Amino acid sequence: MERVLMKGNEALAEAAIRAGCKCFFAYPITPQTEVAAYLAKNMKKRNITFLQAESELAAVNMVLGASSAGVRTMTSSSSPGISLKSEGVSYLAGSDLPAVIVNVQRGGPGLGSIQPSQSDYWQATKALGHGDFQLIVFAPASVQETVDMTIRAFEEADRYRMPVMILTDGFIGQMMEPVTFSDETPKIEPKDWAACGHKGGRKHNIINSLFLQPDELEASVDARYEKYETIKKNIHDAEIYMCEDADLVITAFGTTARVAKSAVNQAREKGIKAGLFRPKTLWPFPVEELNAACKTAKKVLSVEMSKGQMVDDIRLALNCRIPVEFFGRNGGNIPTPAEILDEIVKISERGL
Amino acid sequence: MLTETIICGFGGQGVLFSGKLLANAALMEGKELSWLPSYGPEMRGGTCNCSVCISDDPIGSPLVTAPDIVIAMNGPSFDKFEPMVKPGGIVFADSSIIDRKSTRDDITVYYIPSTEMAKENGLTGMANIIILGKVIRECSDNFFGIDYDKIVSVFEKIIPPKKAAMIEKNTKAFKLGYDYEK
Repeated sequence: MERVLMKGNEALAEAAIRAGCKCFFAYPITPQTEVAAYLAKNMKKRNITFLQAESELAAVNMVLGASSAGVRTMTSSSSPGISLKSEGVSYLAGSDLPAVIVNVQRGGPGLGSIQPSQSDYWQATKALGHGDFQLIVFAPASVQETVDMTIRAFEEADRYRMPVMILTDGFIGQMMEPVTFSDETPKIEPKDWAACGHKGGRKHNIINSLFLQPDELEASVDARYEKYETIKKNIHDAEIYMCEDADLVITAFGTTARVAKSAVNQAREKGIKAGLFRPKTLWPFPVEELNAACKTAKKVLSVEMSKGQMVDDIRLALNCRIPVEFFGRNGGNIPTPAEILDEIVKISERGL
Repeated sequence: MLTETIICGFGGQGVLFSGKLLANAALMEGKELSWLPSYGPEMRGGTCNCSVCISDDPIGSPLVTAPDIVIAMNGPSFDKFEPMVKPGGIVFADSSIIDRKSTRDDITVYYIPSTEMAKENGLTGMANIIILGKVIRECSDNFFGIDYDKIVSVFEKIIPPKKAAMIEKNTKAFKLGYDYEK
């Protein structure tokens, strides 16, 4: 397989085509626009539909329509645009429809900045829209992982009939790295639930998220939560780096984990036993993996490009067994290896 | 080994393209690498830069905060990044545009009047390639043996055939910088 040099956003778009995405709907926003640009350029020769919608709301509802008809479909945006799409994502979840939602995060709240951020962690993992529901959330830390996770996102979305999010950021989207694509063509199972044309050959399928009888809605939500239990058993993944003997485990995802890894290496050179835990799935959160990584840890430091969001899940997953501290930058600033190293040294000097 | 480079200047000077040339050369060498651009309003008329990391091992932080090598194409970029260079590091400055000199004694600085050289040789807009020639001449070892021939083969690889004239022009500019003695 040939290594090629690609931006994260372009590689994501190429991965979507290879995963069998047939319909892509989006509205432009920095730092995500290359996804749409790449698909627009390739739509004719690769036989896909890209429609630039009149708004984010329109785009996500076009995804709902395409998914109802049984085709693989995706939308991408960046933070403010994802907020606009949240209503549609709730409808997708409530209708048990597969779709891939990409958030190339930028600083917030409001219009915020166009520089990278991780401050949509809560939104992605807890409440992307109203009602009881979850998304499967993948958090890539490299261009190659963006590709692999995008392909997997389409598979999991179909398998569990639910929206799946790729939570990336402006850095990974804009960065170029070598990447390889597998030549495998995906096996897409026929969707017997889809509301597509059948010339009267069967009873019609209904895609719906409205239940006026409380018991009916409760039964539908409960069934979905049973499915979530299965997903929690099947999908959880993390990278564990130098944690075997670590006194201090740094937890970070995506871009921040890359920076934190450099800081961990520098801390080790100073004789501080630091390690890194990087969740690759944010929902379900890799609880077992975190506990395994923290076997010898006396303290945990969560580093994020936010005011501290994943840190909640770290504390929950550890059952508050180990003290968890936080360091972050926000507004579109990226913590530097030196800043993280400073925090590590300070914590270590206070005593581990 | 890890070599961290920042290439910086005005938007439109081709600093992102110079970074892509290095990145593609590293790709051809089978190295690990990352190319990270500044993006957004600063690209449009303001200063613009890219971080290029090349290594034998996977790249940690793709954002370079203590570069080994800086290629500065304008004054504001020189002022911003020259102080960040690691002791023992190397700076290449376009002295047609940057009127000041480094006061540091722990780094090596090359001053190349690349914008003037470009104008004099009918290569306007290719100061970035001229300065890159000097960089490869002086720093081939820092760049894992990426040399004159490898950069020329990158031109041939990434410039599309319908713009074949640009291959020749880039090669001419690159050679001009490569042969620049001072």
